[in-house]
Amino acid sequence: MPTVSSRGDAMRGLAVFISDIRNCKSKEAESKRINKELANIRSKFKGDKTLDGYSKKKYVCKLLFIFLLGHDIDFGHMEAVNLLSSNKYTEKQIGYLFISVLVSSNSDLMKLIIQNIKNDISSPKPVHVNLALHCIANIGSAEMSEAFGQEVPKLLVSAHASESVKQSAALCLLRLIRTLPDAMTYAEWASRVIHLLNDQHMGVVTSAASLIHTLSQLSPGDYKGCVSLAVSRLSRIVTSTYTDLQDYTYYFVPAPWLSVKLLRLLQCYPVPEEPAVRGRLVECLETILNKCQEPPKSKKVQHSNSKNAVLFEAINLIIHIDSEPNLLVRACNQLGQFLQHRETNLRYLALESMCLLAGSEFSADAVKKHRETVINALKTERDVSVRQRAVDLLYAMCDKTNSEEIVAEMLAYLKKADYAIREEMVLKVAILSEKYASDYTWYVDTILQLIRVAGDYVSEEVWHRVIQIVINRDDAQGYAAKTVFENLQAPACHENMVKVGGYILGEFGNLIAGDERSSPLVQFNLLHSKFHLCTPSTRALLLSTYIKFINLFPEIKQTIQNVLQNDNQLRNADVELQQRALEYSQLSSITSQDVLATVLEEMPPFPERESSILAKLKKKKPASVQAIEKEEEKMKKSPPSIENHVNVPKEVPANTNSVDLLGLSTPPATPQQSTNSLLVDVFGSVDQPVAPKPESNISKSETAGSVDPEAAQNKSNLLFSRFLFKNSGVLFENNLIQVGVKCEFKEHTGRVGLFFGNKTGNQLQNFSASVSMGADLQGKVNIAPQKEAPTQIDGGAQVQHFVNLECITFFSGSPNLQLRYQHASTPQQVTLKLPVIINKFMEGTNMPAADFFNRWKQLGQPVQETQKIFQANHPIDTEAAKTKLTGFGMSVLINVDPNPDNLVGSGIVKTKTSQIGCLLRLEPNKEAKMYRLTVRSSVGEVAALLCTMLEEHF
Amino acid sequence: MMRFMLLFSRQGKVRLQKWFNAIGDKERKKITRELVSLVLSRRPKMCNFLDWKDYKVVYKRYASLFFCCAIEESDNELLALEVIHRFVEILDKYFGSVCELDIIFNFEKAYFILDEFLLAGEIQESSKNKVLRAVENSDALQEENQEAEATRSILEEFGLS
Repeated sequence: MPTVSSRGDAMRGLAVFISDIRNCKSKEAESKRINKELANIRSKFKGDKTLDGYSKKKYVCKLLFIFLLGHDIDFGHMEAVNLLSSNKYTEKQIGYLFISVLVSSNSDLMKLIIQNIKNDISSPKPVHVNLALHCIANIGSAEMSEAFGQEVPKLLVSAHASESVKQSAALCLLRLIRTLPDAMTYAEWASRVIHLLNDQHMGVVTSAASLIHTLSQLSPGDYKGCVSLAVSRLSRIVTSTYTDLQDYTYYFVPAPWLSVKLLRLLQCYPVPEEPAVRGRLVECLETILNKCQEPPKSKKVQHSNSKNAVLFEAINLIIHIDSEPNLLVRACNQLGQFLQHRETNLRYLALESMCLLAGSEFSADAVKKHRETVINALKTERDVSVRQRAVDLLYAMCDKTNSEEIVAEMLAYLKKADYAIREEMVLKVAILSEKYASDYTWYVDTILQLIRVAGDYVSEEVWHRVIQIVINRDDAQGYAAKTVFENLQAPACHENMVKVGGYILGEFGNLIAGDERSSPLVQFNLLHSKFHLCTPSTRALLLSTYIKFINLFPEIKQTIQNVLQNDNQLRNADVELQQRALEYSQLSSITSQDVLATVLEEMPPFPERESSILAKLKKKKPASVQAIEKEEEKMKKSPPSIENHVNVPKEVPANTNSVDLLGLSTPPATPQQSTNSLLVDVFGSVDQPVAPKPESNISKSETAGSVDPEAAQNKSNLLFSRFLFKNSGVLFENNLIQVGVKCEFKEHTGRVGLFFGNKTGNQLQNFSASVSMGADLQGKVNIAPQKEAPTQIDGGAQVQHFVNLECITFFSGSPNLQLRYQHASTPQQVTLKLPVIINKFMEGTNMPAADFFNRWKQLGQPVQETQKIFQANHPIDTEAAKTKLTGFGMSVLINVDPNPDNLVGSGIVKTKTSQIGCLLRLEPNKEAKMYRLTVRSSVGEVAALLCTMLEEHF
Repeated sequence: MMRFMLLFSRQGKVRLQKWFNAIGDKERKKITRELVSLVLSRRPKMCNFLDWKDYKVVYKRYASLFFCCAIEESDNELLALEVIHRFVEILDKYFGSVCELDIIFNFEKAYFILDEFLLAGEIQESSKNKVLRAVENSDALQEENQEAEATRSILEEFGLS
């Protein structure tokens, strides 16, 4: 083998440069050295003298190194591409490396690169073919899929290609298929590809197994022939001795990589029907389980890791087959041993796999035997990720018989649980206690305890749910009233407790009013003592409780009216509180007791629906809910795509309407943030795009003295962008003038009122305001001022100017408003964009879910849809998003999307010549802080435009 | 499939990065930053696996270097750990008891080795000897070139070319 030093000599300049960088004492010194080098390379590349291949290679390599240090590289790509056509292997190799690391699939150079790859892929030298294949596998653009989709499979099954070429070709093809899965299934190659599983060369089989796995997922029918081949190959491996496979034996374990790939491949298919194949497969699985009982052949961790890797994959297959009780129970026992293994990794994986076993009817009981061990893990594990797995498993193994114990243990653990997993645990406890409650006193106790222990992590869904259940269950109401009353007596109780308490006493306080210790006045005073410590949303809820009290307990009417009529309420700065106090006090004074009783009748039962908590957990962790669902009933899985739900109306879960049902119209102030994402927050802010649009709103910078033009422009952009959602407000302001706008739109016509306020004490002279349209709007919008604009504005005065407009056809962009005036004999000029945007001509349309889905489907052509996935610019808040969409002109449709966090809307853009229907769907991903926005419209351009306009506002 | 592999030092300096699917540069930097600090904050003897965003992260420390890779939900964690180990073994054999410096100064070699071992995020060749042989073959080509180069420069020096 050549020594390192001789290789190092290959590019001395590079080594010197790297040493220099390493010797830099500070970040600044490093930057300086790098900039010097970049300048040097740039001049070399630009210089007249053509560089020889060696120098090019050296400089390209230096650029690569600089890139890997974290710097941006914006040149050298062309030189790297030049290296590809070098006939020296090492130059070619460096060229390919640079391209693999630094060239993105949409590069302008892609055509050239593809041309070079074409040359190399048909080269007689296998090493060159390999380089080309590696490059395709590394970049894998759609363009490459088209260019090489036919070429690569030929290499794969060719009789002449070397083994290493076949290996590369298999994985290269895999990458191309992943890039464009629809374009290729290679049904015609299927049988030849499948037979690669029989290849003599283990490396070829290993590569091919990955390819076949993906192809089987894409078109199972074409590839089902692989099952029997995979079983026999697997069988040969597991029964071999460790000397049989030579290089492919890894720490005494025969071909662990291939074994795992084959075991995974078999999970793509149902258990084989042919008795012989099935028997052979069961034998393999038994052999793998048996081997775990044998004494280890080596003490090295690599030996046990790879052996157990095969074992865990075998267990996954056993769970997948789910019809071999004997194997399932053996698997469970094996995992049981791992639960107490000294290796943390094994404990972690055992907990994880057992979660799956808990979902099978054959092994569920066997899993439950390990309850104590798992509870113990919750208490003693030092690694939070392992404890998390223990929580998941407890959740999965919970049933009627052990629920009280498991819930109690989880509650106990919750007190000291890591912040990162508290919210999820709260959800789980809430679900389990509801699902397995044999009597509702236990359920109520549990939820209230949950609020006491971890009030901050109790999300709205949880406390809404307890109220729904209490209202629907007559037998729980008296107990609930009594218990919340007791809980509220604690000196410091969580605000969520006040919410639940306020609501329940308002409905059922009468059930405990007979006892003088909880007489009406005592109840009222207790609640009111918390009032001042609460946020406005809770106060609003309490005001509703008070009016209900007036109905329930006429004897304390006066006391309550005094509170409602107190200035603290009637003149509260919070409009919602003020309005409630005023309306409630009026309601109680002017209506008769009968009317009051009708208005404030007990809440009707809530319709039975899927628990909103379960829906929330499902969204947080789809996998962990599976077990519980599977057990419950064969619930249809719910992929988050609207189409799939057309025929499953029963799956419409609770939506956020429940907020209103509970008497809260202001959204509560504290959305529960998952602390998981703390790190994301710390760093995330760096990458957050800022709101202002890059496009210029002021075409010529104004000369208004102290105003920083850039800041003014940003501000004005910001002001403009708000008009997407509203029709009136301040459009522009500097220290001389303020421009206000008030627009009205009806169908395809509109009127824009402009208000120019002179902020100075002096007259603004030679004032003119003219509206103009760019070429892109000509003929699409008609604009006519109602009368001539004023020509001067007195100091401190405001003048109006109205413009009528008409939308002839769809347009993008906005008309301009040009203001000229003279202040202190200096002419000023401002150009603004008028908030006349296409969405202003949109009217929301309401429609039932079925219509929506029909229309959605009708607009199914690719050109009619625009979809964007983007980072949320604002905290994800459904209510705020609804308000925005409504302001934008869409009707937000309720009860259409099965996921309550998703919003769907519809509207029609009305122009003089046509009406353009638009549908929209906005799906937040709270964890990733991302949104997916899909807009469909009968006119593709409209969909694209609306999507772009909305994107940055969520 | 493996989504990416990162090699970084105890100080958090990234020494090698390999991304197996198309992710924007900005997103890569963000992932790297977050993941490096997450892994560095973990104590020894903790479990080698992490659930992180949509990834399962598997990491292991070898001397001063952390080897960290992200795999998919259905992938096998233990085997990923051994992918890392096999890669370390190959580097070790190639460089002769590899250390961080070898990877810094010969980063391009590390990439070539990785391409022979993993491709498209899947194991291409699990045999250590076969991977090494492939890399040595291409080194041999390099040396042929160098000799040719050396001859040429001598000729040039004497003004004979």
